[in-house]
Amino acid sequence: MARNTRKPAARRQRPSTRARPQRRLIVLVATRKGAWLYHGDAARKTWRADGPHFLGHVISHAVLDPRDGRTLLAAAKTGHLGPTVFRSTDLGRTWKEAAQPPAFAKTADGKEGRAVDHTFWLAPGRAAERDVWYAGTSPQGLFRSGDGGVTWKPFSSLNDDPQFREWMGTVQDGTPDGPKLHSIIVDPRDSTHLYVAMSGGGVHESVDGGRTWKTLLKGLEVVEGFDASKPSFHDPHCIRICPSNPDRLYQQNHCGIYRLDRPSDTWERIGRSMPERVGDIGFPMVVHPRDADTAWVFPMSGTTVWPRTSPEGMPAVYATRNGGKTWQRLDAGLPAKQAWWTVKRQAMTADASDPVGLYFGTTSGDLWMSRDEGRRWACIARHLPEIYAVEAAELS
Amino acid sequence: MKVCVPSALRSYTDRGETEASGPTLGEVLADLERQYPGIRFRMIDEQDRIRRHIRIFVNGEQVRDLSQPLNASDEVIILQALSGG
Repeated sequence: MARNTRKPAARRQRPSTRARPQRRLIVLVATRKGAWLYHGDAARKTWRADGPHFLGHVISHAVLDPRDGRTLLAAAKTGHLGPTVFRSTDLGRTWKEAAQPPAFAKTADGKEGRAVDHTFWLAPGRAAERDVWYAGTSPQGLFRSGDGGVTWKPFSSLNDDPQFREWMGTVQDGTPDGPKLHSIIVDPRDSTHLYVAMSGGGVHESVDGGRTWKTLLKGLEVVEGFDASKPSFHDPHCIRICPSNPDRLYQQNHCGIYRLDRPSDTWERIGRSMPERVGDIGFPMVVHPRDADTAWVFPMSGTTVWPRTSPEGMPAVYATRNGGKTWQRLDAGLPAKQAWWTVKRQAMTADASDPVGLYFGTTSGDLWMSRDEGRRWACIARHLPEIYAVEAAELS
Repeated sequence: MKVCVPSALRSYTDRGETEASGPTLGEVLADLERQYPGIRFRMIDEQDRIRRHIRIFVNGEQVRDLSQPLNASDEVIILQALSGG
């Protein structure tokens, strides 16, 4: 496979770290049975539910375009029908289906080709790249749209590369509802600098807009007994880049919590400092919009048969304020016991307000939020279907 | 020919029955796509395979091959076949 010839640029300017003025917020909730939009007031105290949209559809991800504050994209499929992407330019009053949803290239007759089961992850391009979107699919595939999500083209450099295909494995090698490409990150300083993660298949980086890729696995652990040099055995769950310092990334992995400070290419396992009885296994990873030393995780039980519930039935968010040296348990307002849900990798997020608002949706269909960076939690919606993704965004 | 459309696809057709033409099942589905953009990909994947939970019957017989020849008098029924909650 082709290798990068450029190093990640270290000369880029650091973005502003000033808090932005508060604006109207929207929380996009994607579930196993449809999507809901929650409109918040300026104080984030009252929320108006708008939904369901696409009742009965599996919505893996719904995202507001941060470049215009109005356009919504939703990745959808139903139990019967193939996958597609819907687009709304009026905040969900009307939706229009993509003319050409993400789909793998058709193989020559007689060869077994892959088919997209569902689009799992949607990511807008940089602010300067209006109408550019990226999509990650199950099974693992990377796609790009240059027209706002109307038509999508595959990255053959990844989707059809024999080495990548070997690392991706088969559908049986992936997560229960299919192996996924996720955590598509565009460096806010450089459109050609991309990160993607695959469950399974590891973490990969491109500095030429996706033409070539290199693995980014040093320091990451794998399940005991497996060879950490092989991307196939790596299972990154969620990776986030810090908006205030895009040279820093955090990762929640199947095997721990990590931090990476570029230009280093070696991840540091910062989850070792989590309480031993809680561990550092989980799905989501959330970073502070203005403080690269602050991040949040939602641990789950990775014991014995991997129950993937809150550890001991006592859900809690954990925060670090020092880049992972120490962690603080944040559970005020959350159930104190007998709460056996967890939070999936796209189902926890932050807004850009000051103080930062945090949001997460549970596998049991509850939507929780904190207006004070996790110190106190309140439930703002109950009895939704299983929540797959939560995004908070500012309306224009 | 008459094509019966399941409820899951009526967001495209606005009705349970429609007309499409073509010498093969594949051509009939292509005609449906011309009339109702997007409908084919919900039934047929990018490798031209009928999706797992879609069944297509012609005159009461299940058809699995898009090259199946059809006559103008045939009746095509598209069904959704799903179990689970």
